[in-house]
Amino acid sequence: MIAISNLSKSYKTASGVFKALNKLDLTIEKGDIYGIIGFSGAGKSTLVRCMNRLEEPDEGTVAIGDTVITELEGKRLREARQKIGMIFQQFNLLDGKTAFQNVAFPLRVAGRDKTFIRKRVTEVLEMVQLSDKAGHYPSQLSGGQKQRVGIARALVNEPDVLLCDEATSALDPQTTYSILELLQSINQQLGLTVVLITHELEVLQHICNNVAVIEQGEIVETGTVDQFFLNPQSDTARRFVNIVERYRQKRKLAVEGVGAGI
Amino acid sequence: MRDDLFELLWEGLRETLYMLVWSSFFAFLLGMLLGITLVATEKGGVLENRPIHKIVSLAINGVRSLPFIILIVLLIPVARWVIGTSLGPTAAVVSLSIGAAPFLGRIVESALKEVASGKVEAAKSFGASPLDILFRVLIPEALPALVRSLTIAVIAITELTAVAGAIGAGGLGSLAIRFGYQRFREDILFATVIVIILLVQVLQWTGDSIVRSINRRRYKPE
Repeated sequence: MIAISNLSKSYKTASGVFKALNKLDLTIEKGDIYGIIGFSGAGKSTLVRCMNRLEEPDEGTVAIGDTVITELEGKRLREARQKIGMIFQQFNLLDGKTAFQNVAFPLRVAGRDKTFIRKRVTEVLEMVQLSDKAGHYPSQLSGGQKQRVGIARALVNEPDVLLCDEATSALDPQTTYSILELLQSINQQLGLTVVLITHELEVLQHICNNVAVIEQGEIVETGTVDQFFLNPQSDTARRFVNIVERYRQKRKLAVEGVGAGI
Repeated sequence: MRDDLFELLWEGLRETLYMLVWSSFFAFLLGMLLGITLVATEKGGVLENRPIHKIVSLAINGVRSLPFIILIVLLIPVARWVIGTSLGPTAAVVSLSIGAAPFLGRIVESALKEVASGKVEAAKSFGASPLDILFRVLIPEALPALVRSLTIAVIAITELTAVAGAIGAGGLGSLAIRFGYQRFREDILFATVIVIILLVQVLQWTGDSIVRSINRRRYKPE
């Protein structure tokens, strides 16, 4: 479904050239919920932004289904993007538009007629359980509600893929949970492929089937989420899993009274 | 106080308002065009074009670095060519529009650049074209800042009409100089000053109210 090969991207910084992605290869199956995990600066945000060309890769290819995204320009790229939904950490809703207008925006851009827009937006808002908030402006919505609007906006064009860039990082644990549940049910209902960029293990645990670990712009490990937790191979994966393990040990000792004073 | 006072004031005010409305209108059109061009063509802009950006930016800086009174003199041939005379309020509109447009261009530019880059990124992600991003994302999102900028510009143009008045444009500024200064009519001088102060207050209040009403709609409490 998503095939990435030999993808490279570097940035010029004050201290020289920074390689954000280094000849990276990755394949994601259709209908999967796929997590890409890494520490800050590992290149995960750059990777997801290269998938819909919000960032231009220096070399390599990205293909989604039969479409080679990295070959497209102008109008054809914009049409391809309509089939790749994206949600963001900071939601990125338009403050001057209501929830309804925000969700309608991708359809207006795509040149759909009013009747169709009204019907489709109502439908999608219902899917994210926000029908009663259609006339509200973003400033009147909670973080979780804003992300639901973001999800509705990403889904309104019936995309094949949903890219999630740290979509729950700005949310509290309970809201995170409800957003993840929503993503999972959308994945099941619509069968679309979900790619989640994250540094939160809970996100992997809750909904991902497969995971790729990214480190210094390279994929250092791929496999099922179970493999990741039970038998982490790469340095990054072990560090992630160890943090959880160490924390658990600490609490256990503290509860048992052995480790008093930790 | 003599009985010609109100008549003179009324005529001056009418000429000033005439210059103000038309100069603001043309300066706004030109300024929006310049500001949008600057934002669209800058590095990383939706229609990135470094040469155009450089040229527009240099032209703006060039016009802005001239003192207004010198600009008016320079533009006398232009005014004569456009409307056939270099005297009176209509001629002044030409100079005022051209003089104020670069300033407006800069404040439109800064208002548009205040819009969070994430909003532009989101719009791109669902297939918005460069024009969609300019006219359906940046301008509507920057609307309160744009109205605030326009208020500043209109008040600056009020000042400039008085300067233009000094060299034959008419209006309140001309009244203050011709009668108040050159004919020692202190009553006219003070009355003119009061009218200009009131005019500026009304303009600021109008701008503030428009911004308030936009924000009240967008940020109304539940």
